[in-house]
Amino acid sequence: MKPFRYERAENVSGAVATLARERTGEFLAGGTNLVDLMKLDIMQPDVLVDVRRLTSGEIEDLPDGGLRIGAAVTNSDLAADARVRSRYPVLSQALLSGASGQLRNLATTGGNLLQRTRCAYFYDTTTPCNKREPGTGCSALQGCNSGHAILGASPHCVATHPSDMAVAMTALDAVVRTRGPAGEREIPISDLYRLPGQEPERDTTLEHAELITAVDLPPLEFSPNSRYRKVRERASYAFALVSVAAALRVRDGVVLDTRIALGGVAHKPWRARKAEDVLRGAPAVQESFRAAADAELADAAPLRDNAYKVPLAVNVMTRTLLDLPESR
Amino acid sequence: MTTITERRAIGAPLDRRDGPQKVTGTAPYAYEYRFDDPLYLFPVQSDVARGRVSRIDASAAEALPGVVAVLTHENAPRLADTSDTELAILQAGDVAFRGQYVAAVVAETLEIARYAASLVRVSCDEEPHDVELRADRDDLYAPEMLNTGDPTDTVQGNFDREFATAAVTLDQTYTTPMEHHNPMEPHTTVALWDGSDLTLYASTQGAHQMRAMLAQVLGLGQDRVRIVAPYVGGAFGSKNLHGNTILAALAAQVVGGRPVKFALTRQQMFSGVGYRSPTIQRIRLGADSGGRLTAICHDVIGQTAKMKGFAEHAAVPTRTMYASQSRRTTHRLAALDVPVPTWMRAPGEAPGMFALESAMDEMAINCGLDPVEFRIRNEPEIDPETGLPYSSRNLVTCLLEGARRFGWADRDPHPSARQDGRWQIGTGVASSTFPVVRFPGSVARISYLGDGRFLVVIDAADIGTGAWTTLAQIAADALQADVEDIDLRIGDTRLPEASVAAGSSGTTSWGSAIFEAARTFRDSYGDSPSEGDQAEATMPENPNASNYAMHAFGACFAEARVDADTGEVRIPRMTGVFAAGKIINPKTARSQFIGGMTWGLSMALHEESLVDPRFGHVVNHDFASYHIPANADSGQFDIAWIDEEDPYVNPMGSKGIGEIGIVGTAAAIASAVYHATGIRVRDLPITPAKLLH
Amino acid sequence: MDVGITLKVDGIQQRIAVDPRTTLLDALRERLGIYGPKKGCDHGQCGACTVLLDGMRANSCLALAVAHDGAEIITAEGLAEDGELHPMQRSFIEHDAFQCGYCTPGQIVSAVGMLAEAEAGWPSHVTRDLGAADVPLTDEEIRERMSGNLCRCGAYANIVPAIRETAAGAGPR
Repeated sequence: MKPFRYERAENVSGAVATLARERTGEFLAGGTNLVDLMKLDIMQPDVLVDVRRLTSGEIEDLPDGGLRIGAAVTNSDLAADARVRSRYPVLSQALLSGASGQLRNLATTGGNLLQRTRCAYFYDTTTPCNKREPGTGCSALQGCNSGHAILGASPHCVATHPSDMAVAMTALDAVVRTRGPAGEREIPISDLYRLPGQEPERDTTLEHAELITAVDLPPLEFSPNSRYRKVRERASYAFALVSVAAALRVRDGVVLDTRIALGGVAHKPWRARKAEDVLRGAPAVQESFRAAADAELADAAPLRDNAYKVPLAVNVMTRTLLDLPESR
Repeated sequence: MTTITERRAIGAPLDRRDGPQKVTGTAPYAYEYRFDDPLYLFPVQSDVARGRVSRIDASAAEALPGVVAVLTHENAPRLADTSDTELAILQAGDVAFRGQYVAAVVAETLEIARYAASLVRVSCDEEPHDVELRADRDDLYAPEMLNTGDPTDTVQGNFDREFATAAVTLDQTYTTPMEHHNPMEPHTTVALWDGSDLTLYASTQGAHQMRAMLAQVLGLGQDRVRIVAPYVGGAFGSKNLHGNTILAALAAQVVGGRPVKFALTRQQMFSGVGYRSPTIQRIRLGADSGGRLTAICHDVIGQTAKMKGFAEHAAVPTRTMYASQSRRTTHRLAALDVPVPTWMRAPGEAPGMFALESAMDEMAINCGLDPVEFRIRNEPEIDPETGLPYSSRNLVTCLLEGARRFGWADRDPHPSARQDGRWQIGTGVASSTFPVVRFPGSVARISYLGDGRFLVVIDAADIGTGAWTTLAQIAADALQADVEDIDLRIGDTRLPEASVAAGSSGTTSWGSAIFEAARTFRDSYGDSPSEGDQAEATMPENPNASNYAMHAFGACFAEARVDADTGEVRIPRMTGVFAAGKIINPKTARSQFIGGMTWGLSMALHEESLVDPRFGHVVNHDFASYHIPANADSGQFDIAWIDEEDPYVNPMGSKGIGEIGIVGTAAAIASAVYHATGIRVRDLPITPAKLLH
Repeated sequence: MDVGITLKVDGIQQRIAVDPRTTLLDALRERLGIYGPKKGCDHGQCGACTVLLDGMRANSCLALAVAHDGAEIITAEGLAEDGELHPMQRSFIEHDAFQCGYCTPGQIVSAVGMLAEAEAGWPSHVTRDLGAADVPLTDEEIRERMSGNLCRCGAYANIVPAIRETAAGAGPR
């Protein structure tokens, strides 16, 4: 680990201003991803600006019925909040399926969104990686890639985004609130993340020194009928092979509305808009759910080791929708 | 042989003596002795798999404040004996595997050492490397012998003829992946050189063996080297002498006078401290129409490093398991540009019995027989390999008792017959076996402390096995004293020599030495010794060893639940019944069996070291990507043992139990998964990807 | 440049100077000689370094010491008060819930922290009724909640009853 300066700031504006001056600095919140990466020299900031106590650690009710989640709210607190559990169970389940109890106690909302891929080649400075060092090549493309992307990838990068929370938030149309050197922004979560394209080194659309201050969950009348299903190679404490966040509104056996997102399949949480389009107005039966899943995965481009993710994603999406209370 | 006749401590489920220290975090592992002025070592590793170091630029590292030394092959002290290339650390610029130590930084703090190591620029002339094990390689060779000293190939009868004329046959290939031991405590050495003597606080499963080899390599008299190792955070076969210990010793000699602390990172645990070779195993079985085996052939292909031969003896258990008039076993190796493999918990037995017991399950089905019944039908009267009678063999009892406990009787043999929601349910069974191993050379010394108390000393190793407790129990009964009056010391080369904790041999070897020392003590001093009276004895040879085949046996039953949508596998319950002679401590023994079966679960479902042939290294080199079971993967364990009297094995009547738990478990699970789904997975691990339609 | 921080560790105020790169784990072990929390992976992937950090169980290997100035830390050593083992420690011995012992201090501290979380009504990944205010601590719950503590010796089957019994004896707070 390279030596760095550790800085504190009085408030969010101060933190942003400090980091704006330090081109090679990073914000530090819980540290559960950043410190991990720094130990392996994947990230080598010269300055850390500690923001763990600067942004809100509270979850506020919004007048429209939604929730505003402070960026400093820990994963544990967010998962255990009674409002999240009852109104947005998919989010609570997503958080509880991630990491471990110890990690969830330190990891923050903002940090969780910004966690970086777990691609083993990204994580190893001795193997070429376009995300870590643009232009050096993608080792995973022809390598050990059983955990890598089947959707939205490019020849430059086939990494996946590892966050479960972000998948649930993507299904819920979360809006990420930031403050940066240029002022405040509200970024729909689908626009926060990028597909790798030609610039896999850029995970998100955030500018340098732009700090996530909160995440808004809009109200969604049927969000209580939602669920997160995560498939992993062991029963706990593992990243997703594939995961699904789904919410469903059914009346008289017909799907009125739905929100679906997939994890473990792409460089960003994958909003399954094709599946949603197929499902709206369709009978709430297994055949419809499977047809929607097939539609979403139709353009999947498997790699040498991850072809299993295609039938897995179809099966899990189908099953998750079928198992939602209102489906039956 | 005389045996312990009155057992009061042996057989008692005593709490571990090292319990209070371990639960409070005050038991000192190798890194945890407090020094005033330690230095820290961090290695630099090659990023080519084969080649020669052409240039090292350590200037940036050396310029960092706090860096005390940068060792390279150009400046490291010369080793006296470099005949073992695995241990010839920093002696020449040759690179034999990716991750080999090519330099090391010693600094005032760990943070400085690690950062400085990242600044050392090592240039290599890279040569093409070869790291792929495949069955179709044209350079597979027969090693001189297997790592156990057993012959490489064996032949009995005429396999080809019997197989060609058998009523029922099976011909399948099974593979097991490369695996890494990954004890929770990484390999650790704290080395202190005072100019003439070397002291190591090391994480080792055999301090005396490590000292002997280390002294040889360094060119020191053994009396100049001391190794201290009372607490070891797991070993599983990997904590013998590897390059990491040599590196620490060299660094200590360079700096002199200050202890040098070197603990591997978890990532570094995947190169250079051994691993289980992958195997490709072809099993052919032939049987008559009554389900009696007439032909058994087990061909094993494994890998070793070009620099050192190590042959995993996977087909050896096949030489003893079942009766058949013809039998052939072979082992072939590919020598690759890889680190040296080593023993990993139940070497040979674990991968070999996965193949054999999976084949037995498939063969039972081919014969139309229940898998338990099929095994019972092929129970040998005498050891097929040696022609000797077994000192005791109760596999059949284990199978029957296990079947009863597990609830095997009304099993519908058809696959995919049971569902519970989306869970497909199946059950499987497999035999387990492990030889009774004893290593020579253990010496125990017993002294009388007065007030009825005895001091028993022997350089044995407790690597989690419970030796701290069980050896005291053996000593108590051997002396006919109370176990509370036994003061035991282990884990220091200042104590009398003991054999390595390996091959499940510790209790047999050290216990026999303690028994002999106790016998000598009582012969010398009777029932009223005086304070200071002392006796010492070496483990005697076992006169029965050439007259009996000595093995422990067991049966493993598993229930598997497979999610029909995802292929996720859960093993909610397993039953293990073992015939392992006298159980010294039921509490710690049960833990050993469970621990072994958990390893078997891990082998079946999770573990796989993935090598990228373009680079030659293990890609999944951390705990996030190399999976071992988490608590949620571990279900119910029903463990039992047969009351087996065996007067031939050792004075305690005990057989080693540290490894047998793993042996049949993976095959039982694979068979249970087949029974649940109709899918037979012959290539471990059984991952969801292999079960998705 | 070393930075001065204060940590209260097992009840004792400690003032140390640390490299900003020093984790809480290394500060405890190498600066303070407190070796209960252990380095199994140094990347938050095994839980052997678990301590109670301001009352919550946390991986000390991923926490920078400078970022936790003033924190209150409890290790396995601190659970034993006045030489008396904590009930969780006694239960681990009784149930033989350890073998090599290297993951054990982390398991025990994690278990103590976990029981507090369960008592606070926190759900887990296996909790069926997410909306329920109280979550009964079944064996399935214990296994899931303790899955952040790996054990290579495979002592899980004994760790679960050791925790279950301690939870039963703990009673309401």
